[in-house]
Amino acid sequence: MIGKITIPFRILVLCIYLFLLGPMLIVLPLSFSNDSYLTFPPQSWGVRWYTAMFGHQKLMEAFQISLGIASTVTVLGLAAGLPAAYAIRRYSFPGRDAAMSLFTAPLLLPSIVLGLAILLVFVQARLLGTFTGLVAAHLIVTTPYVIRIMTTAFSTLPPSVEEAATMLGASPFTVFRRITLPLLMPGFVASAALSFLISFDEVVISLFITGPRMTTLPVEIFDYVESRTDPMTASISVCLIAATLLIIFIIERTLGLSKTIGK
Amino acid sequence: MNQTVDALSQRAGQRRFPLIALVLLVPMAIINLVAFVLPVLRLGQISFMESRSGGVLTGNYSTESYIGFLTDRFSLDLIGNSLFLSLSVTFITLCCAYPIALFLHRVSPRWRNVLFVVTVSPLLVSSVVRTYGWMVILGEQGFVNGLLMSSGLISSPLRLVNNWMGVTIGLVEVLIPYMALSLIAGFGRLDVNLEEAAASLGANAWTRFRRVVFPLTLPGVALGCLLCFVLSISSFITPKLLGGGRVFLLATEIYDQAVIQLEWPKAAATSVIVLVIFGLALAFYSRVVRRFE
Repeated sequence: MIGKITIPFRILVLCIYLFLLGPMLIVLPLSFSNDSYLTFPPQSWGVRWYTAMFGHQKLMEAFQISLGIASTVTVLGLAAGLPAAYAIRRYSFPGRDAAMSLFTAPLLLPSIVLGLAILLVFVQARLLGTFTGLVAAHLIVTTPYVIRIMTTAFSTLPPSVEEAATMLGASPFTVFRRITLPLLMPGFVASAALSFLISFDEVVISLFITGPRMTTLPVEIFDYVESRTDPMTASISVCLIAATLLIIFIIERTLGLSKTIGK
Repeated sequence: MNQTVDALSQRAGQRRFPLIALVLLVPMAIINLVAFVLPVLRLGQISFMESRSGGVLTGNYSTESYIGFLTDRFSLDLIGNSLFLSLSVTFITLCCAYPIALFLHRVSPRWRNVLFVVTVSPLLVSSVVRTYGWMVILGEQGFVNGLLMSSGLISSPLRLVNNWMGVTIGLVEVLIPYMALSLIAGFGRLDVNLEEAAASLGANAWTRFRRVVFPLTLPGVALGCLLCFVLSISSFITPKLLGGGRVFLLATEIYDQAVIQLEWPKAAATSVIVLVIFGLALAFYSRVVRRFE
């Protein structure tokens, strides 16, 4: 009896999970509404809003921009974060702990404050509403995760393993290809996936620095939801949730999400 | 284990030349400088700048933005609103996430992994999407009102969004995964043998929870509460969309001052005040945690 899961406890937990997942479940039926306004349950059914979504030029442009930004941020973030994480774990130098704190500090700052701060600097540097500006701003949010995950990955990979391979006659390239890379793979994939998703979903900082000519998908959806409520947002949401689920599923199948994020 | 690894890597590092380390750090340092250090310094600087009406900077320094904020009735209400909302949201989130964490702690490992993914996956879904979901559920012609109206329980729709109620519900849902993660991390000390011992000494279920289970999980509770408090006091998307322009908080005020009124010194000063509240919350948390140890 002690520590066992009773039926009322099960029901309570089920209700909380329904509450937690409710907003993501409700958009699926609504996305197949043919009504002009948001009514639930819908009066008529169809794929009208999916068609409208793909025909919405501004939305599709924002989607392409977001894809471009997220890919660039993922590549650049790994290119900058990986060497930094390696340096922090494998070398001892004065200010090593300070560097680690500084690189992960942006996580502590609320994004509304960070967004304003970035706006104040970027307006002088003429980076508002530019691809470069958005990439730089997103990098500051994604790199702390890269540094966190990769320093952990490096510390579970003791240099002695690489040294042993070298002693057994492996060339540096072989050591990297056969020992370092495979052992780092889970952390590498987790950082890349997380960077991509965070950049693709980033909205608060982007709201400050997007312009009429360069806007990202979440900002476009935010503006749309703020100005009008029709079922098109539900169709967009279903596509975004499906894409996220696909990424989670792939990571879970190949690496195990609880292993990569939980540790 | 980690200490051994650190010792090993430190020993290996001493043999190498640290100049390489500096070169490896340069790209990251540039990103950090351009998009974090400089902006934060500039934010602090602008908060002490004078501006004429319309937001034009005069170039002089003064504390007028701070004094203006702290002597204005509306601004002080914003602090009160934000504190009240964040504290109530944190408490409700704790009540919702605690059963989830306890369930995950007790369920079989196979289920635990599946449910862990279900619990954290909302974090990866855009907050705009999740907030829109709440507009569908709570809206005037939404799910809840539709259900209540068709069952004949109410004749006119309830007002569930565009007010504090909607913002509270939305924020609680957005924050549950964070709270659950913090709680799960702190549940390691919970041992079923301790509960059995308490039961054998005659404690009933409620006493066991109050005297054994809950005290053991307090470090996780403290961490989760700190995280949810700071996240809700700085939350912007959910209050903006579910508040419908009727819910005024520090975060929404920063955005309005900066983007709509273009009063940058005021927005910067408000941001600094939010950071001060952050600092106070963190200091309070450290004091509480020290008491556990």
